[in-house]
Amino acid sequence: MERFRSFLASDFFYAFKRAPVAIVSFCIAAFMILTAILAPLIAPTNPFDPSTLNLMNGFTAPFSKNDFTGDHFLLGTDDQGRDVFSTILYGLRISLFVGFSAVLFAMVLGVSLGLLAAMTGGRTDAIIMRIADVQLSFPAILIAMLVFGIAKGITPPELRNEVAVWVLIISIGLADWVQFARVVRGAAMVERQKEYVEAAMLIGRGRVAIALKHILPNILASVLVIATISLALAIITEATLSFLGVGAPPTQPSLGTLIRIGQGFLFSGEWWILLFPALTLLMLALSVNLLGDWLRNTLNPKMEK
Amino acid sequence: MFRFVGDPIENMLGQERTDADIDRLREQLGLNDPFIMQYWNFLSDALRGDMGISFRQGRPVVEILVERLPATLELAFVSAIIAIVVGVILGVYTAIRSKGFVTNLILTLSLIGVSLPTFLIGILLIYLFAVELNWLPSFGRGDVVQIGWWSTGLLTSSGLKAIILPAITLGLYQMTLIMRLVRSEMLEVMSADYIRFARARGLPERTINFRHALKNTLVPVITITGLQLGSIIAFAIITETVFQWPGVGLLFIDSVQFVDIPVMASYLMFISVMFVLINLIVDIVYVLIDPRLRIQGAA
Repeated sequence: MERFRSFLASDFFYAFKRAPVAIVSFCIAAFMILTAILAPLIAPTNPFDPSTLNLMNGFTAPFSKNDFTGDHFLLGTDDQGRDVFSTILYGLRISLFVGFSAVLFAMVLGVSLGLLAAMTGGRTDAIIMRIADVQLSFPAILIAMLVFGIAKGITPPELRNEVAVWVLIISIGLADWVQFARVVRGAAMVERQKEYVEAAMLIGRGRVAIALKHILPNILASVLVIATISLALAIITEATLSFLGVGAPPTQPSLGTLIRIGQGFLFSGEWWILLFPALTLLMLALSVNLLGDWLRNTLNPKMEK
Repeated sequence: MFRFVGDPIENMLGQERTDADIDRLREQLGLNDPFIMQYWNFLSDALRGDMGISFRQGRPVVEILVERLPATLELAFVSAIIAIVVGVILGVYTAIRSKGFVTNLILTLSLIGVSLPTFLIGILLIYLFAVELNWLPSFGRGDVVQIGWWSTGLLTSSGLKAIILPAITLGLYQMTLIMRLVRSEMLEVMSADYIRFARARGLPERTINFRHALKNTLVPVITITGLQLGSIIAFAIITETVFQWPGVGLLFIDSVQFVDIPVMASYLMFISVMFVLINLIVDIVYVLIDPRLRIQGAA
């Protein structure tokens, strides 16, 4: 409680109160995360339980009744009678799960490699940063696709759908760690020269302890900013991969998979199967992006960009 | 590699296969050789320009790539032109009129544009111009003309129509990037002393904006644009899938889905070569554009 009160009184919260864009995008993002977590409770139907589906309900238009069964669906249904609203909730869940996990993975990997490079220097530093440079010159989506392609080959066909989500997380994470590593290394190099680090060395703390307990807390702000921006990127990357058919499988559709499915009905006039997942993805990506932008301007860490 | 990546024989032969067929194909592809031998064969063949045979189509990979390449390069070229021309114009405009309503509108739209995934922009354009208005085709290249081995869609009216939507989709992200870059560079240059001096000399606004300010923003713009050209070719994967554009990107996606390793490997080699080539060209263009670098080199 004490901590919460000091947070409310902080400069950070003051700046937040004065930025309507940040408040709105924070609310949208938080709302989406909440609905995704509570999806099984909120969703009117479970779209992946075949026993609850009625093919007669297929292609019901949004905001109206089905002609045959008289059932009502908020955002309409797809060709198999699945409620679009429920599939979006479950899709949002997968998209956010993959996004958060991939960023977490990239963050742990990038921060540890960045700290390692900054603390050891010399050859280790050179090797890590050259790998980062090489990877940075390729677009992240290509790296993710490459990792995904290899992983798909290694896993036996009958397991592919089950591990697809984890493969997705690892491939996006491996494509995104570079940003973290570069920024953490740069910031840690600066911190390492400061007096408090010298003092910690003087009293004989180990290098690992100095890196994790002294330097890391002081560069956490920049890590947070990159994590937010990476989250938007990871969500878009995941949606793109799934849209291309090399991401989340149809049995566990993310927003990208739903858009891929909906695209097929664009020409036959069932616009709602495509429009609502697309709008959800757009709102999610936009709100996280705006929030990241605002965070960067507010905390204003010296980032190389 | 093949030992881990699943058996290509499974994909190549259909249901009606005999053990003899399997053995024959295996021997023909050299898959019975030890791993090191296979890698050596791959490397020595690759140096001679032979990238192997596609597991899926049973044709030499180089032949397939060469056939698909013109489509991708034309698409990348057209979208790069759109991105550079429109990006620079908008960048200059938003820098000169830095406080107008139009400027704010353009900047807000560009932020939304960056957040929109490429494939959504593509679908949106298809919906608007192909489904609703029925002005432009939604997929394919239209009619193509063969000039030697190069097939071009830029000489026929249906080909030109077909390239508009994919090129805009592909170039939009790069356009916003170039626009923001030109804008921030221009704003910085505009406050420099030599611009104030040019004003003091009473030069017309147009001359100051274009001859003095824009020229000095070009070096960073060319760096980023050059690097972005490589990404345009790589990002063509997404655009080509949305518009079913028969280029190398679509080929790559198909090969990922069918675990067609020779095609995947060749495509990645091709992309890497493109990146290196583009970086080299950017370095050369620097020297041509900025006289200061030439003097440094001579001294």
